[in-house]
Amino acid sequence: MEAAAPPDERRLPPIQPIAVATIVLIVSGGIYTAAHLPRHVPQGPTITLLAAAVVLLATNVVLLSRIEPFAWRIFRVVTAWVFAAYIVIAGMLEYVFVYDHTRGTQLLILTAMLAVFAVDIPLLLGFSVARYQDPDA
Amino acid sequence: MASVAQPIPGAFAPSRPTVKIVPIKLLPVVAVVLVGLVTAIATNSHWALDFYHVAGGGLWTGIDLFVGLVLGPILGSMPVPARLELSSRMMPKLLLIMPTLVTMTLGSGFQLARTLGNLGANYPNHGWLVASYVVVGVMAVIALGLLEPANLAVLFELRKPNPDGARIGRLMKVFIYTAGITGLMQIATLVIMTKLASG
Repeated sequence: MEAAAPPDERRLPPIQPIAVATIVLIVSGGIYTAAHLPRHVPQGPTITLLAAAVVLLATNVVLLSRIEPFAWRIFRVVTAWVFAAYIVIAGMLEYVFVYDHTRGTQLLILTAMLAVFAVDIPLLLGFSVARYQDPDA
Repeated sequence: MASVAQPIPGAFAPSRPTVKIVPIKLLPVVAVVLVGLVTAIATNSHWALDFYHVAGGGLWTGIDLFVGLVLGPILGSMPVPARLELSSRMMPKLLLIMPTLVTMTLGSGFQLARTLGNLGANYPNHGWLVASYVVVGVMAVIALGLLEPANLAVLFELRKPNPDGARIGRLMKVFIYTAGITGLMQIATLVIMTKLASG
C-alpha cells in the first residue's frame, strides 16, 4: 500500500497567494486613504479596492472549505486565537477613526476594510499552520 | 516519490520542553502598553504620543535591522539543531513584541501627524509622508503575508514529537529572507523619518 503523502506534499489551492493579494488590496486602500486625509477621500478607488478584496476573501473561503482532508481542528484553534488578537487591533484602529471624526461613507468603507483585514489574516495564519499538520490531529 | 519527513538528529530530545506559541506571561505587559497608547491618543498628549512614536519606532527599526541584517545571516549559517534551539526561544517573544511595537509606532505616529497638522496636502513634506506610508505598507504585506505565517508554522512544527527538519529549514529560509528585506526597508524608514524630523 502506498504511504500517504506528507501534508506539505499535497497540492493545495493557492490560499496563501490569494490571502496575500487581499492584504495588498487592503493596505493599498489604507495608504490611498491616509494620503488624502484629513481632506475628502475620493471613494471610487477605495470602493474598488475593497470590492476586489472582498471577492478574493470570499474565493479563499470557498477554496478552503473544499479541502479534504484537512487539519480542521488546528485550523479552528489558530484562526480563533489570531482572530481574537486582530479584533483588538482592528478595534483600536476603529476607535482612532471615530475619535478623529471620520463619519458617513468614509467610516463605512474603513470599517469594511478593517473587517476584511481581521478575517483574512486569521484565515491565512490558520491555513499556514494547518497545512503542515496531520489531518487527524 | 513522496519525500519522507526528516527528523532532526540530536535536536529536541524527548525531554525537551514544550515550545510555547505565545508567552502568556508577557500579555499583561502588552495590555499595559496598549492601554497607554489609547490614553495617549484620547488625551492627545504631545509628549505621550511623541514617546510612543519614538520609543516604538526606534525599537521596531532596531529589532528589524538587527534580526534582518545581523541575526538572520548568523542563523542561516548555524547548524539546524542550534538554529532551532535559538528560534524556539526567540520567535514566541517576537510574536508578541513586534505587533505591539508596530501598533505603538503607527497609532501614535498617525495621531501625532494629525495633531501637528502634517497630514494635509499643503504640508511641505507631504510626499515624504506618503512615501513612509508606502514603505510601512510593503513591510506590513511582507510581515503579515510571509514572515508571520512562516514563523507560526515553524513554532507548531517544533511542538511535534518528531519535527521535520527539512520543512523547518524551508520555512526558516522564508523567515530569514523576509526579515532581511524588512531590515533593508527600515533603512528607507530611517531616511524618511530623519528627513521629516529635520523639516
